[in-house]
Amino acid sequence: MSKKFTKDHEWISLDGDVATVGITDYAQAQLGDVVFVEVPEAGKQVAKGDDAAVVESVKAASEVYAPVSGEVVEGNGELEGNPALVNEDADDSGWFFKMKLADAGELDGLMDEAAYADYVKELD
Amino acid sequence: MNAQIDIVADSVAGILKRTPLHALHVKLGAKMVPFAGYDMPVQYPLGVMKEHAQTRQKAGLFDVSHMGQAKLTAHEGDAAVLFEELVPGGIATLKEGRIRYTQFTNEHGGILDDLMATRFGDTLWLVVNAACKDDDFAHIAAKLEGRATLEIEQRALLALQGPLAEAVLAALMPACQELVFMQSVWTEFQGTEVLVSRCGYTGEDGYELSIAEDKAVGLAEALLAHEDVEPIGLGARDSLRLEAGLCLYGHDIDTNTTSAEADLMWSVPKRRRAAADFPGADVVNAQLADGMAKQRVGILPEGRAPAREGTEIQSATGETIGTVTSGGFGPTLGGPLAMGYVPPAYAAVGTEIQLIVRGKAMPARIAAMPFVRQNYKKG
Repeated sequence: MSKKFTKDHEWISLDGDVATVGITDYAQAQLGDVVFVEVPEAGKQVAKGDDAAVVESVKAASEVYAPVSGEVVEGNGELEGNPALVNEDADDSGWFFKMKLADAGELDGLMDEAAYADYVKELD
Repeated sequence: MNAQIDIVADSVAGILKRTPLHALHVKLGAKMVPFAGYDMPVQYPLGVMKEHAQTRQKAGLFDVSHMGQAKLTAHEGDAAVLFEELVPGGIATLKEGRIRYTQFTNEHGGILDDLMATRFGDTLWLVVNAACKDDDFAHIAAKLEGRATLEIEQRALLALQGPLAEAVLAALMPACQELVFMQSVWTEFQGTEVLVSRCGYTGEDGYELSIAEDKAVGLAEALLAHEDVEPIGLGARDSLRLEAGLCLYGHDIDTNTTSAEADLMWSVPKRRRAAADFPGADVVNAQLADGMAKQRVGILPEGRAPAREGTEIQSATGETIGTVTSGGFGPTLGGPLAMGYVPPAYAAVGTEIQLIVRGKAMPARIAAMPFVRQNYKKG
């Protein structure tokens, strides 16, 4: 499946019944140098819009929200020791967590890549 | 994702003022944010981490033109003597061209602002914080009415900071080499008068350069033309000053903190304490004699999570004992750092405390400041 995007600048990519969640390249650029990331532990239940992870730059702390409801199956442990990976590769290896979706239908409410690009264009 | 805290930007309604370097910041690709009523660069394309490292390792150029500059002249005699009515610092004893750090205090000893004062003859050159400058100038005018004249100087102020600052600036203004830390001199740049002061807000050696507004871009461009100089935004300015253990007014000090509580008594000479002749001297002296309810300390969190301003501080046994007033990540330190206020019983270096971050208690300990060694050129 191609990526879907939230207005809060998370991306979600579904593979089978497990989705990977990260923040967008636009979001990492807005944050600046990332110095700390806290990812959720496996087994954590999150509802759509819940605080799921934390990302901090030198100057600001931000929450990463769950784009859809479900159960976290893995946090990206790599980010603890190397938070700068979010800046270097937000779209791929800088992912935050993987989750099992409670209702795949929730994905329908999110933006596709073209819609997100338009959305970001309007913010600048 | 949603930014919850931004320790640099503050929201200001209405039209933002611009410094003479505004167009240059935009041209350099700065991300601009509102700060103290001005549209200011928070970072350039280099980014906060590299801008911070640049200043520690080479030289960084900061626009601090939003700060207030003014010249105080007494109607009779020495302005420095009069000025001691407003501040606890040793100002009357300042030698020619010497700079002092001090604070404006109220009758309760609360800090109205912190500032630098430099003596030239019987006059004082003052540099105050942008957010406080209108109040400061009104305060001086009211307290010294009929006895002194305060001329507000509409000038640009640049800061060149870092271990290579002297080598860079010497090519343009050789007089800078003769200064030591906290010393000032008037010199020239391309026929324009410049006040060069060897001081700053980064913990590094460096200078602040006061110049006519219409000459500021020329000076900034001449400095930026040097391969060892990069422009630095407010983001790195904050992480640099925090590592240096320096207070940010409105955060680490305000009217609810005294010079004693803020651990700034090094800036108050014995003569002033003994004479008790500054606003709030009785409060400060009582705190020094009888003890204080709180004092400013450095804090090192264990782990990597930064504890931001407003974070609750608890004792190791879980009692609430204070609040973080500045906190973040120290790029040179390579980890989180903070300052805040705790009761003296918890203020000893090494005391174990807890910080409540997102509802979880994180272990931390009281630490000596500065967090990163200061690198001043002492005389």
